[in-house]
Amino acid sequence: MSETPLLEIKDVTVEFATRRGIVRAVEQINISLGKGETLGIVGESGSGKSVTSYAVMRILDRAGKIANGSVVFSGIDVKNAKEDAMRDLRGREMSMIFQNPRAALNPIRKVGRQIEDVLKQHVQADTRDLKEKAVEMLRQVKIARPEERYHAYPFELSGGMCQRIVIALALACQPRLLIADEPTTGLDVTTQKSVMDLVVELTRARGMSTILITHDLGLAAAYCDRVVVMEKGKIVETALSSSIFKSPQHAYTKRLMKATPKVGGTLRGLLPEDAELSPAASMPKISIDWSAKPLLEVRNLIKEYPRQGATKTLGELFGKPAPAESIFRAVDGISFSVAKGESVGLVGESGCGKSTTSMMVMRLLDKTGGDIVFGGEDIGVIPAAKFAVLPQRKRIQMVFQDPTDSLNPRFTAARAIADPIMRLGGLSKRDAVRARCEELAQLVGLPVDLLDRFPHQLSGGQKARVGIARAIALNPELVILDEPTAALDVSVQAVVLNLLQDLKDSLGMSYLFVSHDLNVVRLLCDRVIVMRTGKVVEEGTAEEVLGSPKADYTRELLAAIPHPPH
Amino acid sequence: MLLRMGRRLGITLFSIAAVIVITFALTRLLPGDTAAYFAGPAATEQAIQEVREKLGLDRPKYEQFVRYVQDLSRGDFGQSLTTGQPVIKDIAARLPASAELTFAGLIVSILIAIPLGVLAAVKEGSAVDHFSRVIATAGVSLPVFFTGLLLAYFFYFILGWAPSPIGRLDIIYSAPPHVTGFYLIDSLIARDLEVFWAALKQLILPAATLAIFSLAPITRMTRASMLAVLSSDFVRTARASGLSTRKVILTYAFRNALLPVITTLGMVFSFLLGANVLVEKVFAWPGIGSYAVEALIASDFAPVQGFVLVMAVMYVLLNLMIDLLYGVIDPRVRMAA
Repeated sequence: MSETPLLEIKDVTVEFATRRGIVRAVEQINISLGKGETLGIVGESGSGKSVTSYAVMRILDRAGKIANGSVVFSGIDVKNAKEDAMRDLRGREMSMIFQNPRAALNPIRKVGRQIEDVLKQHVQADTRDLKEKAVEMLRQVKIARPEERYHAYPFELSGGMCQRIVIALALACQPRLLIADEPTTGLDVTTQKSVMDLVVELTRARGMSTILITHDLGLAAAYCDRVVVMEKGKIVETALSSSIFKSPQHAYTKRLMKATPKVGGTLRGLLPEDAELSPAASMPKISIDWSAKPLLEVRNLIKEYPRQGATKTLGELFGKPAPAESIFRAVDGISFSVAKGESVGLVGESGCGKSTTSMMVMRLLDKTGGDIVFGGEDIGVIPAAKFAVLPQRKRIQMVFQDPTDSLNPRFTAARAIADPIMRLGGLSKRDAVRARCEELAQLVGLPVDLLDRFPHQLSGGQKARVGIARAIALNPELVILDEPTAALDVSVQAVVLNLLQDLKDSLGMSYLFVSHDLNVVRLLCDRVIVMRTGKVVEEGTAEEVLGSPKADYTRELLAAIPHPPH
Repeated sequence: MLLRMGRRLGITLFSIAAVIVITFALTRLLPGDTAAYFAGPAATEQAIQEVREKLGLDRPKYEQFVRYVQDLSRGDFGQSLTTGQPVIKDIAARLPASAELTFAGLIVSILIAIPLGVLAAVKEGSAVDHFSRVIATAGVSLPVFFTGLLLAYFFYFILGWAPSPIGRLDIIYSAPPHVTGFYLIDSLIARDLEVFWAALKQLILPAATLAIFSLAPITRMTRASMLAVLSSDFVRTARASGLSTRKVILTYAFRNALLPVITTLGMVFSFLLGANVLVEKVFAWPGIGSYAVEALIASDFAPVQGFVLVMAVMYVLLNLMIDLLYGVIDPRVRMAA
């Protein structure tokens, strides 16, 4: 690149003043971005990729500052510019879109007004054509019925639509640089694809430069010209995205790529060669007995909810059936079975009813109709409120999505694991409970000396292990895994997935694995059920469904997964 | 929206009904023979019995309750023994005095506490932040009768800036013609600035006493709520789009931070209703707080009952207003009924 770059980050170090002294979030990094170029910054949590982007915009927390080096944006020294000058730059020359779009918008201000605020600030419109321009922005980000949606509040829009609004905010003043910080994390794959395609289309049309910050190597490689890989605040590799997949140079990049689930890979293949396996891996495997009766049989399961906003009429209060429009079927007559020792994946996009189904099987939610037969007994007829104290509770356990939120912050790891043992396990002696906790900790590969720590003193992967140990504490026959690795970095996810597989093989449990990540499901599950709007779209072995899908919807889902260039 | 308001009004009516039942139960079911108090200490057994019949206290409880509700619906709160007036008349004469004092105290407090809380949050850890913490802690640690006396001692006795802390108006002035019962408003309606100033000067010390007391919860809540909102994602978005600091803090952060503050205001108002009783005593303020205390000491039950009823109804109505205000500020509340 012969012309001067739009953005030049030179030897930048960002420091945060914390209670434990000064922490360097980013050290000596060099990035340069040309006009119209798209650059990906890839790294796991704590790699400093977001901090880098905040430093460019100079919106670091009060505790953080650019300690060294220089950031130059089209000739302007960002590090030393006056705050007024920076405010003029932000939104007009460089702007940003964020992760978790719903939270990124002011919840109590109409989205149209929020776009107007930006336009007004940078004098891009006068009062007469302000509204017109805001509506035009909504139209450009492909929001249907923009005049109407101008008056919407964020909570009335879907996650994908909120992200489009955030994009409209960011592009309203035609900036030259767009920083997208994990713009599609938490969105469904098909939504992710449409959002990313929109970003690419709009930025290309305007000749803008883009920085895409993501933990997803595949996404970065599919949409960026160049990729920067960061680890622990340092840049370990910079390469063209066409070459980084073919010949990654740095060991960390290789490890990251290895840990990313992909077509044709194996679970073990996600781990680095020198990885230590949990003790469960070396235990004898229990093979699946396909001729036995299924452990779980779900028949024609239905869950209905009253439609949001629908209010009961007087007639309904006196027992008349509600009109059909006011009822929403979250789960609409689905049937499937899980064999002993089998792992079944339940996949689909948000709102497809997969979580509702798992909650009903877990007996945390009452069904509207259908049967849930577990081990020959119809547990669907037992009210969810009563199930918790029954002995059957021991046989079905769950691992939750967020390893942090699903642990009581006031309980130590040992106390969390001991909870089901003390309630239902029949052990009450302190020493016996402790011994069982240690045994479980060893099984899931959690160092025993971490048992007395509180959740905030544990890493994400360690918390996930505590959640798994808690779920298997009572030797359950069926474990429901609700996106157990969605909140984890890929390298941690690789370890946890392997652990889950080893535990299943050695303890003979069955899994019902709820996920939206088809690549993970492919690796862990024997069979896959694809759901959409409460119904089963397709069902079969993982290879059949994900290898040669029959339903259009499954094909659509598979196509939306970002593929790195080959 | 209308349905939600209707439902909320239903709850309000239910609360008021509950208050009526409780005030009834309080005076009837507590130990002590009301008839004996009414008949006086020297009354004979027969005289007490006569009083009991006259008051209907010999009737079954449910019949007494029906009569009590009937009386209330006619606006009859009973007679006060000490003043010899119908309770409703006493309360009507004294309520505006208390209301003026409480509202003045609350308004002063809001005007100081909210900007202070916002400033403390925006400049977290600065001198302003520490100053607001000290002020708030000091204010809430001192009991109101003590602050009241202290203020009167300094500003009236030592400095002589304030008029004598007795009543709503210096004796040389006469009360403005009754319109709202609030002297400040009535005197302005009558275009009598002299009386307005006089009434204001009387009001400053007791209102300041109440304000100092209620400063702490409002300041601390505003600060905490602002801090939470300032670190939220949408404020970061607003900053990243280059909006001015003023716009970010006032339009984006403050309006969102206001929701818990408004809830706190409702509670603070109820604290103030309680604190009022003491402040009115200290400043000889002719409000219903001092009226109720005097009645209570004289074992005069009808005024106490009336006082509790009026206070409870005011509190219920205030909470209704706060809930409706919530809907105005937060569109999400409007939707989720």
